Amino acid sequence: MTVKVGIPRGLMYYYYYPLWKEYFTNLGAEVITSPKTNKAILDMGVKSALDETCLPVKLFYGHVIWLKDKVDYVFIPRLISVERKEYICPKFMGLPDMIKANINNLPGVIDTTLDMSKSTNNKLKFAREIGLIFSSNPWVIAKAWRKATAKQKEYEELLVNKKMFPQEAMDYLEQKNNRILKVNNYKYKIALLGHGYNIYEEYISMNIINKLKERGVSVHTVDLLEAEEINNEAAKLPKRMFWTFGRKSIGGAGFYINNKVDGIIHIASFGCGPDSLVGEIIVRQTRKNSDIPLLSLTIDEHTGEAGVVTRLEAFLDMLSRRVAL
Amino acid sequence: MKVTFPHMGYTYIPIKALLEKIGLEIIIPPRSSKRTLNLGTQNSPEYACLPLKINMGNFIEAAELGADTIVMAGGVGPCRFGYYAQIQREILHDLGFNFEVIVLEPPDTNYTELVKKINCLTDSWWKVISGLSLAYYKACAIDRTEKKVQQVRAREVSKGSSDKIFEEAIWKIDKTSVKKEIKEIVATALQKLNKVETDPLRRIIKVVIVGEIYTVLEPFVNFEIEKMLGSLGVEVTRSIYLSQWINDHLFYGMLPGESSKKYIKLSSPHLNSFVGGHGRETVASSVSYAQQGYDGVIQLAPFTCMPEIVAHSVLPLVSKEHGMPIMSIYLDEQSGEAGIRTRVEAFVDLLGRKKMTGGVNCEVLLGY
Repeated sequence: MTVKVGIPRGLMYYYYYPLWKEYFTNLGAEVITSPKTNKAILDMGVKSALDETCLPVKLFYGHVIWLKDKVDYVFIPRLISVERKEYICPKFMGLPDMIKANINNLPGVIDTTLDMSKSTNNKLKFAREIGLIFSSNPWVIAKAWRKATAKQKEYEELLVNKKMFPQEAMDYLEQKNNRILKVNNYKYKIALLGHGYNIYEEYISMNIINKLKERGVSVHTVDLLEAEEINNEAAKLPKRMFWTFGRKSIGGAGFYINNKVDGIIHIASFGCGPDSLVGEIIVRQTRKNSDIPLLSLTIDEHTGEAGVVTRLEAFLDMLSRRVAL
Repeated sequence: MKVTFPHMGYTYIPIKALLEKIGLEIIIPPRSSKRTLNLGTQNSPEYACLPLKINMGNFIEAAELGADTIVMAGGVGPCRFGYYAQIQREILHDLGFNFEVIVLEPPDTNYTELVKKINCLTDSWWKVISGLSLAYYKACAIDRTEKKVQQVRAREVSKGSSDKIFEEAIWKIDKTSVKKEIKEIVATALQKLNKVETDPLRRIIKVVIVGEIYTVLEPFVNFEIEKMLGSLGVEVTRSIYLSQWINDHLFYGMLPGESSKKYIKLSSPHLNSFVGGHGRETVASSVSYAQQGYDGVIQLAPFTCMPEIVAHSVLPLVSKEHGMPIMSIYLDEQSGEAGIRTRVEAFVDLLGRKKMTGGVNCEVLLGY
C-alpha cells in the first residue's frame, strides 16, 4: 500500500505546492491535498488554535485537522528561512510544535527543518531528510528532487512570464480546465500587496482578486515580478529587510509606484507582526514618492464580506473620480 | 551631542554608567508614564507592539529635554525589535525631531560597521571596556538586591518596607561609580532587608514570571506585577534579569554568573527551534522552574508578540506534564490595572487552594 502524505492548503502552499507534490509523488507516496477552504475548515482551525495567532495560521490548523484522519503523514515543515539572511516569521519557525501541542491524534508529522539563512545549500539537506523517510536509495531521492525542482521552475516561470496567479498556474500544470476571468479592457491597474496565503486564499480574502477583476481592474501582485525588479527597490531601504515577505512587499510597492499603477491595496492579517511595520513603511514610501491612493485592509476571522465590498467599491469610485478630474 | 536611550525597567542605571564612562553627555528620558504612553501611541503604527510605542514616547520626551542623539540596540530578525530603530527614525523626522540614531546591532556584512559606530561615540576603547565593566557590575548589584527584595516582599509584616530599602539602594547605586562603594551599598541593603520584620507563619506561594523581556522588566507596562504579587504573599522570580541578559547577548554567556545557555535545551521536546525574541527561553524556563518546585508561572508579552504566541501555544503541554498552572497575560495600551489585578488575584487564589489540598482535584487548572 502506498504511503499517504497530506499537504494542507495553507501558508506556503501557494509558493511551493508544485515542488512538494512532485517530490512526494516521485518518492512513491500518494499526495492528498486538503480541499479549498470552507466555513467548516476555518471553524475547526479557529477552535483549536490560540486566540492570539493570526488568521492564516488558524486556517492552516483547520486544514491539518481535515487531513489528519485521512493520511499517514501530514507535511508541516519547519520553515525557518527560504532566503539567505532572511526569515519568514517566528510562527513558521514554531509551526510544527504549535500544531502538535494544540491538535490531538495527529498522524505522523513530517516536520523537517529548512533553514537557508546561512547557506542556500541547506535545502538539499532538507530534501534528503524528507527523502529518507520514504526511500533508502539515494538515487531515487536525487531523481525525485530533480524532477520536483524542474516542476517548481516551470511553475515559477508561469507566474513571472505568463503572469498567472498561483492557483491558475497550478491548475494549468495539472491540466485542469479552469475558466480564468480575463480582463481585456481594464479601467485601472491596481497593485495588490500582501502575503500569498492571504491574497490568493479565496475564502479569507473574500476572493478579492476576482472581485477586482469583475469591476474592470487589472490586478498585479509581487509574486508575478522578476526577482531583480523587487530586489532593486528593496535595496533602497536604509537597513536590509530581514523578512522575506516584507522585502517582497516593499520592493514590489516601489516597483509599482515607479510603474504608475492607479492604486495600491495592502492586505494584512490582524495581529501580523512583520506587516505592522512593513505596512507603515509602504504607506510612507507611497506618500513620499507618489500621489497614488492606498487602501489598507486588515482581515481576521470576523471580517464580513459586505464590509470588504463596501470599502473596495468606495476605493474604486474614488479612483474613477480621480481619473475623470 | 546629547545622547538619550529608551527606558526598560532599571536598565537606565547600567546604560548611564556606560555612556558617562565613555565621556558622553546624556539625557535620561523621564520614567515611562501615562504621558509617555499617550505620546507614543499617538505617533506609532497602530498594530506595532507595545515596546515600540513606549520607546517612541521616551524619545519624544527626551527631545523635549534637548536630546539630539539616540543610542539603542537593534537586531537582525525575526523579532520586530530589529526594525524598531528604522521606523522610529522615520516617524521622529516627520515629527520634526532631527535625531541622529546610532543602532548597535550585529553587523550585516562585517564587524567594521559596528566598530565605526562605536568610534563615532568615543575616542578610546579603554573607556568602552571600563564602562562595560562598571555597567555589568551595577546590573549585578541591582539584581542581587532585587532578588532578596522579591523574597522579603512576600513575607514582610508592614507592606512596602522592603521596597523602601530597595529604592534607596537603587538611588545610591546610580549615584556612585566606584565599585567598592557599590559593594558596600549592596551589603548594607541586604543587611537591612534581613532585619525587616517577617511573618514566619505566612503560607508562601512561589511564582516565576516569564515572557518577553520588555514586559517582564518594565514595571510601568506590567502594572508593577511583582509588587502586586508580593503583597499577596507570593515570592516572585523572573526568568530574565538584566545582568543575565547582558551576559547572554553581549558576552555570549562567557562571563561567570547566570546565563540562559544552561537551561535553553529544556524547551525540547515541546519547542525544538529558536523562534526569535525570548520565545524559547519562555518555554525552557517554565520547565526549569517547574522542576525546581515552583507553584505557578505567569507569562507576560506585548499583544501580537510573535515569539511569545508560539511559546504560549506550547505552554499547555508544559503545564500538563509538570502539573503546574500557567497564566498568560498580553499587555497593550488598552490594558487596565484592575483587569490585570483581578486575574492575578484569582490565579494566586487558585494556586493557594491547590497547594493547600496538595494538588487534589486541581486538574481543572492545568493545560490552559
